[in-house]
Amino acid sequence: MIVLDHVSKTYQGNQGSIQALKDVSLSIDKGEFVFVVGLSGSGKTTLFRLLLKEMEPTSGNIFMNNKNIGKLRRDQIPKFRRGIGVVFQDFKLLKNRTVFENIAFAQRIIGVPNRRIKKNVMDVLKLVGLQDKYRAKPSELSGGEQQRVALARAIVNNPPVLLADEPTGNLDPTNSTEIMKLLEKINKRGTTVVVVTHNTKIVDEMQKRVVNLNQGEIVSDEKKGGYVYV
Amino acid sequence: MYSFTNGIRQGIRNIFKNGLFSLASIGTITACLFLFGVFYCMVVNFQHIFSEVETTVGVTVFFEEGTGEDRIKEIQTMIEEREEVNEVHYTSAEEAWKLYKEKAFPEGDNEVLTNLDNDNPLAESASLEVYLNDAGAQKELVDYISAIPDVRKVNASESVANSFVSFGRLLGYVSMAIIVILLAVAIFLISNTVRVGIDVRRDEITIMKYLGATDFFVRAPFLVEGAIIGLIGSLIPLAAMFFLYREIVKFVTEHFSALSSLLHFLPVKDIFIVLIPATLIIGLGIGLIGSYITLIRRVRV
Ligand SMILES: Nc1ncnc2c1ncn2[C@@H]1O[C@H](COP(=O)(O)OP(=O)(O)O)[C@@H](O)[C@H]1O
Ligand SMILES: [Mg+2]
Repeated sequence: MIVLDHVSKTYQGNQGSIQALKDVSLSIDKGEFVFVVGLSGSGKTTLFRLLLKEMEPTSGNIFMNNKNIGKLRRDQIPKFRRGIGVVFQDFKLLKNRTVFENIAFAQRIIGVPNRRIKKNVMDVLKLVGLQDKYRAKPSELSGGEQQRVALARAIVNNPPVLLADEPTGNLDPTNSTEIMKLLEKINKRGTTVVVVTHNTKIVDEMQKRVVNLNQGEIVSDEKKGGYVYV
Repeated sequence: MYSFTNGIRQGIRNIFKNGLFSLASIGTITACLFLFGVFYCMVVNFQHIFSEVETTVGVTVFFEEGTGEDRIKEIQTMIEEREEVNEVHYTSAEEAWKLYKEKAFPEGDNEVLTNLDNDNPLAESASLEVYLNDAGAQKELVDYISAIPDVRKVNASESVANSFVSFGRLLGYVSMAIIVILLAVAIFLISNTVRVGIDVRRDEITIMKYLGATDFFVRAPFLVEGAIIGLIGSLIPLAAMFFLYREIVKFVTEHFSALSSLLHFLPVKDIFIVLIPATLIIGLGIGLIGSYITLIRRVRV
């Protein structure tokens, strides 16, 4: 499903170059639930952005569904991204639109007809337990609720892969656990889920595969485990 | 389909969101296209008047003593074959004499001269009158004709023709230069208007890209914004020109009646059949180009 083959990424900054990923090789199967953990600055977000083809690796190849995404033409990128649901630490909701519109937006972008949008949006809202809040604006919701809206938006188009970068970074422990339970629920429906985080407690609780990055290198990859401290 | 209606809706919203920039852009395009219209009217009317002058400005060719009529006809054919020549008129010695008599004694009391008919004093006055369709080529034509054997003299009203040509050219160049500068300013302003719109909606654009929006979906609202600004900026000057043109033509013909025989203005219809589509296309083009150059730099998947 997702394969990284000797991937390195070097940023050219003002203060010289920073190697954010060093020769990372990794394989994630269809339907897996994987945590990518590591200290701040270990290269987690870099990995996340490479998987979305927001930028190119300095060397190495990334495959999704056996396709080398480095070979995608620019005009093929939108279609490629439709296969990946994304969740961010800061939710990235449109502030001036309702919960319903925020989720419907994802459907509009891929051209789903209006009559189907209503049903799909209400379905995912039910899944995340916010069907009563569809008319609310993001500012009227708690952080946990906003992240659930973002989750609903990420899955409304039924992508085979869900990527989350620090999805609980702005949440308290209760809300964090709730988001993780939702991610697990989504994973059970068949979606491959990759969660980037440095929340040790959550990772220990979940007992999933844990890939540990340290200074851009994979230092451990446990099939079923807790947070590994280096 | 959604991306299309979304583009239009968002595009209109953008215009109002940064109203001041939109107004400045519309203003510049209006000024630019208004000037374009004014210059266009001047140039085509000038050409129209000029073309009437052109056909009256001619070249007269005289021949060496003893040149026969056959030879003159031969030369006439040679001249007629040239591209810049509209018409060649042959005046025989007899005709010349007749014309002279009519001029000298319009009342017909020309007995004295009639006595001279058989001994035509203008025997060597056979001539060819050449009318050009391109006054600019007059000098070249005169050189050509002068070089033909048997041609004695070529009379040309060169100065008139030349000053017409150079004035027409100058007017064209100056107006082109001003219009080009204004076009550049208009494109610059529109691209800035669109840039402000992009900055305002930066978060939304980022989200759209993560959700798999195509370039077109993201760009459409801004292109619509540019197009609408361009169209408004071309409709205003067109409307202004439409009312002004008639008024000005009326004013000039009434107040400068002395010139009215020279100044034949083109009818409104003839002007606007070209001016309307040209102005709309330029306005739309400025709008689209202005927003596009910002979009390709700032909004990419
Ligand atoms: N756009 C960038 N330009 C330059 N350096 C960057 C950029 N993004 C990240 N980095 C650097 O790369 C390293 C890894 O960053 P990142 O992938 O964001 O780590 P993490 O998400 O694990 O905290 C850090 O040293 C960071 O400063
Ligand atoms: Mg990060």
